[in-house]
Amino acid sequence: MMPSVSCLRASAWMVLGLVLSAGPRPAAAEPQPAERRILVSAAISLTDALGEIAAEFERGTGVGVDVNVGASSSLARQIIEGAPVDVFLSADAAQMDRVEHAGRLVPGSRVDLLSNQLVVVTPVDRGLDVTRVQDLQRETVRRVAIADPAAVPAGVYARAHLERLDLWATLQPKLIPTANVRAVLAAVDSGDVDAGFVYRTDVAMATRSRIAFEVPIDESTPIRYPLAIGRATRDLEAARRFAAFLRGPEAARIFRRRGFVVIEAVGVSPDRQPGRDPA
Amino acid sequence: MNLDVWWVTGFTIVAALSATVLMAGPGIGLAWLLARREFPFKSMLEVAITLPLVVPPVATGLLLLLLVGHRGPIGRLLDVVGIEVVFTWKAVVLAMAVMGLPLLVRTARAGFEQVNPRYEQVASSLGAGPGRVFLTMTLPLAGRSIVAGAILAFARALGEFGATIMVAGNIPGRTRTLAVAIYGYAETGQDAAAARLLIISVAVAFVALWFSNRLLRDRPVAA
Repeated sequence: MMPSVSCLRASAWMVLGLVLSAGPRPAAAEPQPAERRILVSAAISLTDALGEIAAEFERGTGVGVDVNVGASSSLARQIIEGAPVDVFLSADAAQMDRVEHAGRLVPGSRVDLLSNQLVVVTPVDRGLDVTRVQDLQRETVRRVAIADPAAVPAGVYARAHLERLDLWATLQPKLIPTANVRAVLAAVDSGDVDAGFVYRTDVAMATRSRIAFEVPIDESTPIRYPLAIGRATRDLEAARRFAAFLRGPEAARIFRRRGFVVIEAVGVSPDRQPGRDPA
Repeated sequence: MNLDVWWVTGFTIVAALSATVLMAGPGIGLAWLLARREFPFKSMLEVAITLPLVVPPVATGLLLLLLVGHRGPIGRLLDVVGIEVVFTWKAVVLAMAVMGLPLLVRTARAGFEQVNPRYEQVASSLGAGPGRVFLTMTLPLAGRSIVAGAILAFARALGEFGATIMVAGNIPGRTRTLAVAIYGYAETGQDAAAARLLIISVAVAFVALWFSNRLLRDRPVAA
């Protein structure tokens, strides 16, 4: 129960404030922790962009940012089970929905931040002539890595695409599910699979694989990265500031440079929410 | 209980048994060498065999992936003869064998060390060759420890997760083991399915450990 915990913390600070003001240093009106830090859970495809943005934010505000990356499904699970996450960045709406339905988000803090595109990569030295998704049926393509299509967004998107083309059942025996999208890239880079579905933004990290073709963007299930503030946040103000920073021009520049599509802010941004305290 | 649960359970037990059989030969041989012979770099070998017990299993898995992967030194050789390891059931067995080996070697070695060398000396003075001495004296006398070690290794193999997920992945109906399936179910919020598999793993491991402990406890004093 976070609200009661933050109540407790607030009263603890108040007592401390009273004690200090009664002492020889009456100036300590609103004591601040020596170092403010927030915890951000983010889809693993955001690792590199977020590392850069977090560093910028730390420089600008002095608030430390710890980034916990993984498959959005794992992160969602952690938050639902009570992980004290201040900001959550999921790679699809479904995982954010799970967290929202579990009541683990600060109401009204959710917005769509980014979009991305799926691509198929193949090992550079394999010389496979794969230029469209139908080519994956060929015998020369024996194994195709895909992020776990049961839960991990990159896999869910890939599966939706294959199902639309009626290729899901045909390709199923070739599919190698992995724990997250970066594991797909690693499998293609190592040459242990012949192809894999990753985000276009992941390819910058590729060492020995290249894009074979881009998966056409489908309007019915577009790739969306929603952003929200966790209900368990211990520093709502810092969480709001970071969420706003993610939607600001500096972050947008970093995201774009890394190949993401930045969704323009519509409606109320998290920093301009009516300042309702979760307690 | 659905079919998937039974498949995963059956596959895991069969893979763990195969891993135990696979490591039995080298494991017993190493245990005997360490118990009875002095040779250069013996202590290094000892440490190397024990490493998988303490190194993060994922790191062991990564090492295996680098060795038997498509571009790895062993992987390339296997490629020539058309054997594929990574992301197949063979990778599951390999990961399980490597992770279980230290337990087999350590337990079996203790067993060999408790065999009184006098029996072996008597046997060879009566004209038995070294092979016969080993098979008819040493092995039976250390038998309980070897079997107990094998069961321990089997139990460890049953629960293997970190190395398995690295080299074998999580392919339903092909490489998905109990541990990996529990992780997958927990990830996707299917707690009931995860709980079923959890009970099965605890039950199987419990029986295996109980047997192993019993064998070690009832060791005859004479040896």
